[in-house]
Amino acid sequence: MEGCVAPVTDDVFVEGTRHAPRVAETSEGAQEMAPRPETDDAELRREVGAVLRMAEGPVVNANDIDIERRDDETMIINMGPQHPSTHGVLRLMLELDGETVLRTKPVIGYLHTGMEKTAEELTYVQGATNVTRMDYLSPLTNELVFSMATEALLDVEVPPRAVWIRMLMSELQRVSSHLMWMATNGMDLGSTSMMIYGFREREMVLTFFEKTTGLRMNHNYIRPGGVAADLPDGWEDDVEVICETVLARSFEYDELLTGQPIFRQRTEGIGNLSAEEALALSATGPILRSTGVPWDLRRTMPYLAYDELDFDIIVGTYGDNFDRYSIRLNEIRESIKMIRQIAARMPPGDYRIQDRKVTPPPRARIDESMEALIHHFKIFTEGFKVPEGEVYVAIESPRGELGCYLVSDGSSKPYRMHIRGPSFVNLQTVPVLLRGGLIADAVAIISSVDPVMGEVDR
Amino acid sequence: MGFLDGVKDELSFLGGFKLTFEHLTRPRVTRQYPEEKKPKQPRQHGRHVLNRYEDGMEKCIGCELCAGVCPADCIYVRGLDNPPDHPVSPGERYGYVYEINYLRCIHCDLCVEACPTEAITESKLFEFSFTNRADAIYTKAELLVDDAGKPQKLPWEDWRDADELHTSGWMRATSPSGSAAYEGEVQWSAELGYGVRPPEGGQSGRRDDAATGTKALRDVLETHLLDEDIPLDHRGMRGRIWRGKLSAERHKKQLEAARQRHKEAKATRAADKTTTRGADKTSEDAVDEASTAPAGPEVDS
Ligand code: SF4
Ligand code: SF4
Repeated sequence: MEGCVAPVTDDVFVEGTRHAPRVAETSEGAQEMAPRPETDDAELRREVGAVLRMAEGPVVNANDIDIERRDDETMIINMGPQHPSTHGVLRLMLELDGETVLRTKPVIGYLHTGMEKTAEELTYVQGATNVTRMDYLSPLTNELVFSMATEALLDVEVPPRAVWIRMLMSELQRVSSHLMWMATNGMDLGSTSMMIYGFREREMVLTFFEKTTGLRMNHNYIRPGGVAADLPDGWEDDVEVICETVLARSFEYDELLTGQPIFRQRTEGIGNLSAEEALALSATGPILRSTGVPWDLRRTMPYLAYDELDFDIIVGTYGDNFDRYSIRLNEIRESIKMIRQIAARMPPGDYRIQDRKVTPPPRARIDESMEALIHHFKIFTEGFKVPEGEVYVAIESPRGELGCYLVSDGSSKPYRMHIRGPSFVNLQTVPVLLRGGLIADAVAIISSVDPVMGEVDR
Repeated sequence: MGFLDGVKDELSFLGGFKLTFEHLTRPRVTRQYPEEKKPKQPRQHGRHVLNRYEDGMEKCIGCELCAGVCPADCIYVRGLDNPPDHPVSPGERYGYVYEINYLRCIHCDLCVEACPTEAITESKLFEFSFTNRADAIYTKAELLVDDAGKPQKLPWEDWRDADELHTSGWMRATSPSGSAAYEGEVQWSAELGYGVRPPEGGQSGRRDDAATGTKALRDVLETHLLDEDIPLDHRGMRGRIWRGKLSAERHKKQLEAARQRHKEAKATRAADKTTTRGADKTSEDAVDEASTAPAGPEVDS
């Protein structure tokens, strides 16, 4: 193994650190939390939960950090990656003093699948099948951001029906993702009933997805140029029955959790985050909104046709677990409000752009026209060429700002794709949220951040 | 009031108990899988089939479009010129080798959309598992529909009644151009055993759920609904009895099927025995059993 580890040399000492910086490695071992004497100042502060981009004063006073604390008073324990409450394969290293968490370090990379690299090997036609697997709890939003980025490079407008179908599907996706969160969060706090109920309601949305896209997840439904298929026969009633049922059930969750003294005690004032901290850590989504910052890309940088809908942005006040819970619960209701508006205003017409370079011809035309046949062959073999350029497109996924940075070299495959995963960025808040808290709350706090590891590691 | 409010606050946790107890009276949303399965929608993606025209000719022309578009690289096709005396497909060429590796397939159905002759489509079957890797690679022998146009049922696949009914649902749903003008139009050729399949209505308004197999969420998820949305005769106690009867019937059917299988197996065994023992020494009951048994192995002594 010798060749794998770069030697620590004296000349890489950085001023201000008391110890030799640990070898610059990206391996899992190098990500681990080390005892205090072996950790440099900056690292120690980060693990303690200092927000390094903020002035030190308000956040963590350097004097508060007890760097002289002796090792044998504290204990470093490992939580995950196989811990059932870390929502996938998140691994946390915690330094504990009894029950109190002193330092936290998230270790990631256990679900790394190289999707960004894979994207360079797939054409834009095939690309949606790949990106949809990142955030597996909201596959449609992944497809949406990829498609929108491709369309921005192509400089095309998708037809209105496609836009509204996309909106309908993303809002349903938000409902299903938040329901799933309600379920797992309930489970993490010991409410098994909530888990069953959450899954029960999510099933309705998934059944509708199944009916529309043919699959329950990883749909490959939203594609560059529009959506793969029109809404199925009878979708109006299906959507209405989902709205009606989920809305009524959301008030049952209120009864089960919101008003419950035990639930409130376990969530109120736990895992506090201030607006400054959230902004400095680039947190987005419900985490940022829980601190009172009304930042929601659907409102602040409208895409699709969100500016035509009437909806509220839910914000919190204290930035604690309870705020994050109630934001998600209320966002379900807000989304249902939007779904009803979308269903009422769904425009008729084409659902894919009628550009033969991007969209295959109608099946009926293949047998009639040589030109149609050639287009059909070209699209399904080499795909379509996208003009050179780079673009960044961001949308509001259930977890926050989901961005897609796409570089094209003029061929039919992306030269580079990068995804700004909200889960990845939001995970930075975990050391801050856990600082000084109890180990028993760690599970509740991780859950309230709602990380999806598929998106963190990509 | 202050006192009462205080008591109310203290007892607010009871609301949660009330809710969970209420669930005792609500219909159960889970199903007894795998005996009972959720109905499948026509667009559902599943195991592929290779279709044939009504005259029995294969639809595949070996163009390799499906292999080209597959993002998982799991299709292997080799085309060959049709033998002039007994052509396999109506075109110039036919798919000589056709393999799909189900350890790789992600059921994205891009192959289905790409196929110009609607040769490859998907059935509704997704519950199949293998005990070795070779079984996971389906060749033409497994994928091609039989002489009645039905998909072949392999021993490790869990086929149910309606699984083969709406194959190619996704191909019919997509109308790949995304053009509203082509919705509700037949854009595909007839299939062996099923003829020309009906299109989904879409925006054309020519909707026919019975023909296309589309099921409303209200029916599929009846037990999920709010009480007032559940049809009157499926509500409350009456609904329970009705569902109980359904499941009893299902059980009875399964039991009968199992008995039938058992009987057939026994009969085959008995037939085997008698034939090996020699035709002249048949005992009375063995004859009876052998005569009801499905064609046993032939003896050539
Ligand atoms: S469904 Fe997708 S992954 Fe499977 S064979 Fe077809 S193109 Fe390939
Ligand atoms: S199945 Fe269709 S796409 Fe694939 S080789 Fe045959 S004809 Fe071509």
